[in-house]
Amino acid sequence: MVAFTLPKNSRLTEGKSYPAPAKQAGQEQKLKTFRVYRWNPDDGQNPHVDTYTVDMNDCGPMVLDALIKIKNEIDPTLTFRRSCREGVCGSCAMNIDGGNTLACTKACDDVQGDVKIYPLPHMPVVKDLVPDLTNFYAQYASIKPWLQAESPAPARERPQSAEERKKLDGLYECILCACCSTSCPSYWWNSDRYLGPAVLLQAYRWIADSRDEMTGERLDNLEDPFRLYRCHTIMNCTNTCPKGLNPAQAIGEIKQLLVERRG
Amino acid sequence: MANTDRPLSPHLQIYRWPLTMASSILHRATGVGLAAGTLLLAWWLVAAAAGPQYFALVQGLLGSWLGRLIMLGFSWALFYHLCNGIRHLAWDLGHGFEKATAKTASILVISASVILTLLAWVLAYSWK
Repeated sequence: MVAFTLPKNSRLTEGKSYPAPAKQAGQEQKLKTFRVYRWNPDDGQNPHVDTYTVDMNDCGPMVLDALIKIKNEIDPTLTFRRSCREGVCGSCAMNIDGGNTLACTKACDDVQGDVKIYPLPHMPVVKDLVPDLTNFYAQYASIKPWLQAESPAPARERPQSAEERKKLDGLYECILCACCSTSCPSYWWNSDRYLGPAVLLQAYRWIADSRDEMTGERLDNLEDPFRLYRCHTIMNCTNTCPKGLNPAQAIGEIKQLLVERRG
Repeated sequence: MANTDRPLSPHLQIYRWPLTMASSILHRATGVGLAAGTLLLAWWLVAAAAGPQYFALVQGLLGSWLGRLIMLGFSWALFYHLCNGIRHLAWDLGHGFEKATAKTASILVISASVILTLLAWVLAYSWK
């Protein structure tokens, strides 16, 4: 449902401000301020924004480097997901400087002024920058993201021509970080029924696969005013994808296929 | 006691609007505006059918500065919704999904709607 304001328990307050690192003699400092969303499930308080200052001359270039430094040296209670630190696992997806992206591939220098960091938008928060992705994963499972074929399996692999394989470029690279889905206002208001760009891009990835034999069933499942058609081509998904993919286009392709099969 | 009543992370409050997001919500807003504007138009037609006295009253209201201001907004909403509707047609045909193209199209649609509105009003005022 559309609700422009945050529920009472989610409204932000101003949090703690940690002092800047002390300057050593003869040291050049390049200070950068990070304003980070915090919420602790155990203290019964509303979420707040804490302020940290990091000397970027003594820190790696990416936002994730800064977060790890803050956690290691300033505030060990800061909680966030991270794993690969090179943009292939999707764990550190968060809202940085007003856009959803991966903390590990976003350079601090690309942000003008203070670096504002929030969890992925319009999601239930587990703690600090960790959103609850249960619904997102359940939606992913609902599109049966695996190869379905009824014809008997050949002795070796199911072959695919180079052209057929090419149709999966721009689709298979998705790392399911949820940046796109949580950037989408339609998904904000209707995530209980609308599948959202990431899951629809994956749905199209299997529709477009020449080896899959359940195209009709897959399209049947999507032909729904909410599951698919809440997409109004707002384009936030494509604008924000940290992998440079185009979920809006994939959704457009699905819509076209649905029109075409009506004949 | 663990707090299981999880907060909702901020969304509209913190998201930096891409131009395409603004042009999308404008499409919906102008759509709603057009529905209201059509009621005005219907009222004007009903007034014309109701007789010269009532028509003069409605014509006077719509011709006042406030009426004209509303008509200016109505005509802009019409042109914006029309131009962006053509863009939606292109999307439905599978064109214009690239990031740069989508941004350029947003700028084009907004500019075209303003230019067409001005043109319509200049023509309307120079009509004798």
